Amino acid sequence: MEPNSPLPLTLTINRTEHRLEVEPWVSLLDLLRDRLDLTGSKKGCDHGQCGACTVLVDGQRMNSCLLLAVSVDGCDITTVEGLSALADAGADGLHPIQRAFIDCDALQCGYCTPGQLCSAVGLMNETPPENAHEIRERMSGNLCRCGAYPQIVEAVQRVVLHRSGQ
Amino acid sequence: MNPFAYTRVADVDAAVAAVQPAGPDARFLAGGTNLVDLMKEGIATPGRLVDIVRLPLADIAMAADGGLLLGALASNAFTAGHPLVREHAPLLRSAILAGASPQIRNRATNGGNLLQRTRCHYFYDLGVPCNKRVPGSGCPASTGIARQHAILGATADCIATHPSDMCVALAALDARVHVRSAAGERVIPFAEFHRLPGDRPDLDTSLQRGELVTHLYLPPNRFAAHSTYVKVRERASYAFALVSAAAALELAADGSVTDVRLALGGVAHKPWRDLGAEQLLIGQVPGERLFTAVARRVLAKARAWGGPAVPEGLPGASNQFKIVLAERAIVRALEMALAGVPTNTGEDAFRERGHAAEPEATP
Repeated sequence: MEPNSPLPLTLTINRTEHRLEVEPWVSLLDLLRDRLDLTGSKKGCDHGQCGACTVLVDGQRMNSCLLLAVSVDGCDITTVEGLSALADAGADGLHPIQRAFIDCDALQCGYCTPGQLCSAVGLMNETPPENAHEIRERMSGNLCRCGAYPQIVEAVQRVVLHRSGQ
Repeated sequence: MNPFAYTRVADVDAAVAAVQPAGPDARFLAGGTNLVDLMKEGIATPGRLVDIVRLPLADIAMAADGGLLLGALASNAFTAGHPLVREHAPLLRSAILAGASPQIRNRATNGGNLLQRTRCHYFYDLGVPCNKRVPGSGCPASTGIARQHAILGATADCIATHPSDMCVALAALDARVHVRSAAGERVIPFAEFHRLPGDRPDLDTSLQRGELVTHLYLPPNRFAAHSTYVKVRERASYAFALVSAAAALELAADGSVTDVRLALGGVAHKPWRDLGAEQLLIGQVPGERLFTAVARRVLAKARAWGGPAVPEGLPGASNQFKIVLAERAIVRALEMALAGVPTNTGEDAFRERGHAAEPEATP
């Protein structure tokens, strides 16, 4: 295979199947933003240090900037645009974690918010955290330059601790 | 990122066959959390990637002798959460959860963790010399900003540190690395897997080209009740270690030490063991004075590197503080191991701190 040839790639993104042809050096983040117009996932650092690009890959949170799109061929991807279509979306069309971020004022500029939201939903698929200190640590892969951390922890706590029966 | 060819393979034989004849610039791609980043920076420029991430090497199992088999392609998160690891190697869980972020641990693999490159900022900066990138070009770190750099086993040619937390626990637990190549299988004791820089700082490990890490083996141990991973870093989470220490004790009924392991991270080009220092504890009833003697023995040959701590600062070795920090980290880790406290960081430690929304300073 020649280095320049695009490869066939099938991804389910927010419940829609996409059949694509993609060069192997295209990151999942660039594919989402530049070719599929899903610009909710943000390119903060492009080095896996800020978490703004976090998406769910088969339900697990990952940094889409560090994933080659071809290496997740066949996977189920959920971006911030697809969160409301997951279970539990309310009458307002928002995922409960989105509602909680609004209610708790858990953002200022909002640039990190899509990654924070996807990371929080990924957290909900993992072992339930027991308290706010644990949530803070387990959300530490998402930086917030505005420093909205107390409100972010509060928002995640409202949804996650409620769900786990605490 | 430079253009490259990409191949996905279905089994280990095909992986080994695909990388060998493809030339020196073919690389295996697993989770990619480090390799893809290095490729973006232009530090790694493979001509071909052989994607192995879905090979059936992701299991965690108990070996016939009671040891543990850890698949090279099991994710760090899966490994840390596995019941066998939690029961038989809680030190490994603590170390894994001290490193990176949940997103990275979900993708990064056990084999890849061993093979990640240093995070020396001069190594990452193509605008400056680096003997690890371009042998013979020089080492600006050794006279530069060296907070993240070595105090043991370094030379003026390279003061880089191995960045892994997981590998510090693997070193303490005497892991063995099982590898496959076209020539067959080979087992590498963990102490021989990573190298000191010597006159070849471009080589991080003893892995030969074309060799694929298939799994890790942990021998049976009786350290579960008294093992600790201590990590000291610039912020409470998601930062590489300034110094870390893995300590494990096995105690007799009278309280004396029958077996011990001590490994350091953030201080050398490889996870640092000092078997002579460990021997000081055997047969002794442990306590702070003995722990301090052990720490001083480990650090007897430590030396500081680097210039001013900040570019505008006064001249002087910018990581001098790490020698004292390492001594204290060793004593603290041994004390915590003795007390049965598994870690000072990561989700298990934060959970213990309870429910207040605003944590205090770093634990």
